[in-house]
Order: sequence, then C-alpha cells, then structure tokens
Amino acid sequence: MNRRTTLLYAAMAAVLLSVALLQSWQLALTIVNLCLISAVMALGVNVQWGVAGMFNVGTMGSAAIGGLAVVLVSAPPVRAAWAAGGAGLLASAAILVLTAGVALAFWRWFGSRPLLRGGAVAAVLFSGFLLAQQWFLPATAAIEAVDAASAGYLGGLGLPVALSWLIGGVFAGLLAWPVGRLTAGLRSDYLAVATFGISEIVLAVVRNEEWLARGVKNVTGLPRPVPYESDLQSADGVQTLALWLGLPLRDLASILVKLAYTAWFLAVLGIIFWLLERLGRAPWGRMMRAIRDNEEAARAMGKDVARRHLQAFVLGSAIVGIGGAMLVTLDGQFTAGAYQPLRYTFLIWVMVIIGGAGNHRGAVYGAFLIWFVWVQAETAGLWLASAATALLAPGNPLRAAFEQSPAQLRYVVMGLILVFVMRFAPRGLIPEATPEHQK
Amino acid sequence: MTDLLNGLIHLTSMLVLPGLAYGSQLAFGALGVTLIFGVLRFSNFAHAEGMSLGTAVCILLTLWLQGKGIALGPLPTALIGMCLAVPVMALVFIGTDRALYQHFRRINARPEVFMIVSAGVMLIMNGAIRLIVGPDGREFEDGERFIVTAGGFRAWSGLAEPLVLKTSQAMTIGLALAVGFALFLFLNRTRSGRSMRAYADNRNLALLSGVDPDRIVRLTWVLVAVLSVTGGVLFGLDKGYRPFVYQQLLLPMFAAAVVGGLGSPLGAIAGSMIVAFSELALTFAWKKALGYLLPAAWAPEGLMQFLSTDYKFAISFLILVVVLLVRPAGLFGKPVK
Repeated sequence: MNRRTTLLYAAMAAVLLSVALLQSWQLALTIVNLCLISAVMALGVNVQWGVAGMFNVGTMGSAAIGGLAVVLVSAPPVRAAWAAGGAGLLASAAILVLTAGVALAFWRWFGSRPLLRGGAVAAVLFSGFLLAQQWFLPATAAIEAVDAASAGYLGGLGLPVALSWLIGGVFAGLLAWPVGRLTAGLRSDYLAVATFGISEIVLAVVRNEEWLARGVKNVTGLPRPVPYESDLQSADGVQTLALWLGLPLRDLASILVKLAYTAWFLAVLGIIFWLLERLGRAPWGRMMRAIRDNEEAARAMGKDVARRHLQAFVLGSAIVGIGGAMLVTLDGQFTAGAYQPLRYTFLIWVMVIIGGAGNHRGAVYGAFLIWFVWVQAETAGLWLASAATALLAPGNPLRAAFEQSPAQLRYVVMGLILVFVMRFAPRGLIPEATPEHQK
Repeated sequence: MTDLLNGLIHLTSMLVLPGLAYGSQLAFGALGVTLIFGVLRFSNFAHAEGMSLGTAVCILLTLWLQGKGIALGPLPTALIGMCLAVPVMALVFIGTDRALYQHFRRINARPEVFMIVSAGVMLIMNGAIRLIVGPDGREFEDGERFIVTAGGFRAWSGLAEPLVLKTSQAMTIGLALAVGFALFLFLNRTRSGRSMRAYADNRNLALLSGVDPDRIVRLTWVLVAVLSVTGGVLFGLDKGYRPFVYQQLLLPMFAAAVVGGLGSPLGAIAGSMIVAFSELALTFAWKKALGYLLPAAWAPEGLMQFLSTDYKFAISFLILVVVLLVRPAGLFGKPVK
C-alpha cells in the first residue's frame, strides 16, 4: 500500500463515517453493504478488463443468473408444482438433450457437405424444439397454475442461502464458458456483442419463465444468513445493549442485522481479493499481464492466448455471479424487473475504470466511490434542481427538465466520469503497480 | 383458390410488409454500425442511443413546426423535422469525435478502449434524452395513418383477410431504397466516397495517396447522422416513439452487421433483412396461414408459433452464434483473424 492508496481509502472511510453521524447509521451501513457487493462485482470485471484486457458487456447477465441461483438453491421447494409439471418438464428436457445429441452427430457425419449438414442440423433442431414444446407448454402451464398468487413456480431446494452464493458463481461461470469459447480467438468486438446478447437473453428468460422464478411477479421472503430484526428485539442481550448504548431497540436491531450482513460480505470480498492478489503474483497473473500488454509477443512465447482469455472470462463472470447472488440475498427478494444494463453493466464498468483497471485495490475503491456517488447523486440532483429553479426563468425548458427528473442527471454524470477518466487519466485513481516493478 | 389468395394476403399483410419495414429500419442502423466499424474501426455502443437522440431532436423540431401550422398534407410533418435534425446530429457526432474519439485514434488505442468510450457516450446520450424529452413515450405522427385500410381492402376485394399498409411502412421501404441507392452511388461513384473506401481498406496507403483523414472522419459521421436520424425517425413513426426501446435495437443491428460482415454496407442490408425476417417468421403464429394454404385435413391444431415474441432478440443472438461458428467474417466480409 502506498501513501496515495491509504489516503484515498481513509478519505472514503471519513465520508462514510460522516454519513453515519450526519444522516444515520442505518443509511451508512446500507451504503457500505451495497458498496461491498459492488466491489465484488467490480473485482470480477477487473479480472476480465484489468487483468486480461477483455471487454465484457454482459455483467448484468452474470449478476442475474447469480441471483437466480439464490432462488433455485435456497427458496423452499413447492412440491405441488413438482407433482403437477415436473414429469412434463423432465420429458421436454430429455427431448432437448436428445435433439442436441442427434444434431451433434449429424454435424459430425456430414462434415464434407456443408449445405446438407446445415440443413440436416437445422431440421433436427427445429423439429426437436417443436416436439419438446408439446410437453413443455402444458407442464409449465400446470406449474404456474399451482397456487398462482404466492407460488406458481418450482421453488428451490431449501438449502442454506450462503451456499447459493457459491452456486451462483458456478452458474455464471458455466454460462460464460460457451460465450467465451465461441468468441475466443476472434476480434474483441465479437466478445462484446455476444456478451451483450447473452445477458439480454438471461434477462428475458428470468422475466418470462414464471415456472422458474415467478418472472416479474418476483420471489419474496428468501431465507437470510442473518437473524431477523424481530427475533433480535426480543433477545435479552440486545435489550441490555440497547439500554447501555441508549439507542431505541428497533434501530439497534436493524443496525445489528446490517452489521451481520457487512461481516458476511466483507468476508467474501476478503477471500476473493486475497485469492486474486495471489493469482496476480503467481505465474498465471504474470502471463495474463504479458498477454494483455503484448499479445503477439506472448503468442510468440508459446502462450495459448485464446485459452487464457477464456479462463479469465469465466473466472471474472463467476465472481460477478457471486456478487449478484449476494445482492439478491441482501434484498431478500428476486426482482426480475430490476435488472437493467445501465445499472448492472455500465455502472460496474465506471467503477473499475475510475478505480484503476488492473489493480484490485483500485477496483474495490472505485466500487465504494461510485456507489456512494450514485446513491448521493439523487440528493445532489435535487439540490441542483432547486438551484436551477432559483437561477433560471420559469419558462425555461431546461428548468422544467431539471424539476422533472433530477435523478436522470446521474446517467450523464456517470457517462462523463467514464469518458473523462478514459481521456485524461486512463490509469485511474489508483494506478496499477505490478509486482514486476514494485515502487 | 380464395383460400390460397386469403392465405397469401394474410402473409403479405402480417409478415412480408412488416418484415420489409422492420428490416429497412434495422438496415439504417446496421449501415451506420458497419460504416463506423469500417472507417473508424470500432463497434459503437452508443449507436442506438444516437438514433434515439436524433429522433428526440426531430420530435422537438416537429412539434415546433406543427405549432407554426406547417404540415405536409397526407405525409407526416416529421419528414421536415427529420431533414432539420440531420445537421444537428451531424454536429453532435462530429463534436463527440473531436472531443473523444480523435484523441484515441491519435494514440492508436486498442479497440476495447474505443468501445468503453462509446459506452460512456451512450450513458451521456441516455441522460441527455431523459432531459430533453423525458423517459415517457411520444406520439408525433400526423397526416394519413394508412394507405390501404383493412375495411377498404375487404370491400374492394371481397376477401375475408384484410391487407393493411401503413403510411409509415410504405415510407420506410421507399426511403430505405432511396437512401440505400444514394449511399451506394456515393461510395462507388464519387471521389469522396472512393477515398472513404480506400481509407477503410488500407489506412496507410490511403494517407500516402493524399487522402485527408479528418475529412473522411467528418464525412463518415455526416453519413452516420443521415442514416441514424432517418432510421430512428422511421422506427419511431412506425412503432411509436419510446426513448429506451432503441436500446433493444442494438443487438439486432449488431447481429445484422456481423451477419453481413462488419464493414460491408451491402452485407449490412442483407443481414438486416435476414435478421428481421427470421425474427418475424419464428415468432409468427402460423396457424391461420397454414389453415389457408394446407389441405383441410393437415390444418394444425396449435398456434404453430416457434418462440414467444418475448424472445425476439434471442433470435438475433442465435443468428450471431451460427455466423460466428460457421463463418466469422460474415456473408460479405473479408476474413479477419
């Protein structure tokens, strides 16, 4: 840690502390928790961009599939739904797997005749898909009809929620693998477009397949890795603590719950950070930097660039998936409608770029800074709006715009930050200091 | 015989005409994407937002024109607004280039850096749109809405199935033909167009031959402004303007450009049509058409819909995947590593 890093982190801590003292401890802890989650996601993006130099525009998809894992792992199972449509679903899944197998076999057989091959594979896939629909549609309709107001989906496995974070990471990694494989060795533009596409598809599935996670009807009341406020309020120890601190019992309980979340997230962030730092010092990290800085030279040294890129891409996506799972756990609900590319992809990018790409300390710092600005920009926007009202004439269209939508300014601010950092300080606030030339 | 005619009319009205219109709108976007890629060498993630911003500017100008009592009779006033919005957007694009992209061209930045910067431009434009027109939709079409109405066609032909042709659809197809033709004339016949292609093909050689790079860049952005404003306004007229619906065009536009081969204008048009018709055909409920066209005994029971319309863009992605697997250079593109 050099002086600059220490100073920046200290300043951030002071700002958060002042929020706690001036506004409230609950607000400060809420911000900190989201900062920690953002930091995990930023580390994922930093592995891809900072370490490997890949442009991934599908962070939202990884976050969403990580969130989906929380539902699938930890929500209580809905046995009635399994009884109603489980068999049909499995049948259609079997047909799809069989179709894929037949298609693959045809692909191999007709290798010498491309037209016949394309036609045969397309015909197999098409008819297999239509056939699977015959079981799939009635099965999902039956599942969605089971207690539609509160369930109407298959539910999860009822396992501990912290386990789902790991599974979320695995899911995101598994999703990333084919995308990375497909675009490995091609121009970086293709990776960008493909990741953009896959994240939109994940979103469409999550929104429309109600049997999976209730679609836009949201899954609420997901289990938590921390105690509930009401249980804490009735605990003896908490009551004495409240008396001793002179805080209202309700506030103390909510602060304690938030602190427990903070501890969980801090632990996860710490582990990921430590692992990434070790990886960075290991030969793997040195090789990744070599590939990023001079691909041709690395290739000449016999490094398999496409394969290494694939590794970094899968690893980064998995980390983002863990972050997405933690976010859903913190919210206690899975809201499919809340996933937007601006919030889940480009905001994370701004965090990595401003923090200092390639430097994990920088990425974490960027996450804290940008999330704080993002949250407080609404307040600042309101303030700006009132200033505009005072300065501009009543008929001015700009004034009307400010009054209508102070929060909209956030996007402009984020875009400006991204562009300015890229233009004038491309190395970010905490520039990368590689182990090879330590200052 | 009437069954056959009914079936064909149904397909024309519900599939062919909307497909041609949607394909033309996509082509305007994909041509812009492919031009920027070919000449400036990066994938512009702000392109959809640029189209939306151009449309927003056109809407403001149209409202102003309507307030002055200017109208085009049966045609929408937005056509004049569109012509006025083009120079505005050209200035916006050239300004953005001067402020940002020029610097990165000068330091020879990696393509990913350009993409990140374009994502930043996207965020700024997105916010600007929210400030200019607000996040809600706007109706700005006036004049005659339909050229052929359902009732009118039924009365004229005596068939059960109606044929519908919206003014916006006819305008889209007509303008696409005209603009496409003009673009090819420009690229192939004029000196500027040729130097632009030379610059795209081999930058160093073009510079050696005395091509002025700044002029080429400016010219490209002007062309992009024409294409994106026209495409955006036509899409808005056809589907109703909602500022953020354009984001959903980004993937089909990129898919179309990649299918055709990034950097190839002809490919962008072909790719747009492929993407548009695959999207519509795979999400189309074929039941009625097959009922008319097939013998009664074979008439299908289900909707015969391959995918629900919610997964429209999954099709663009699928096409993209197939192209990347089979022919990464696209239909008309030169192989790239």
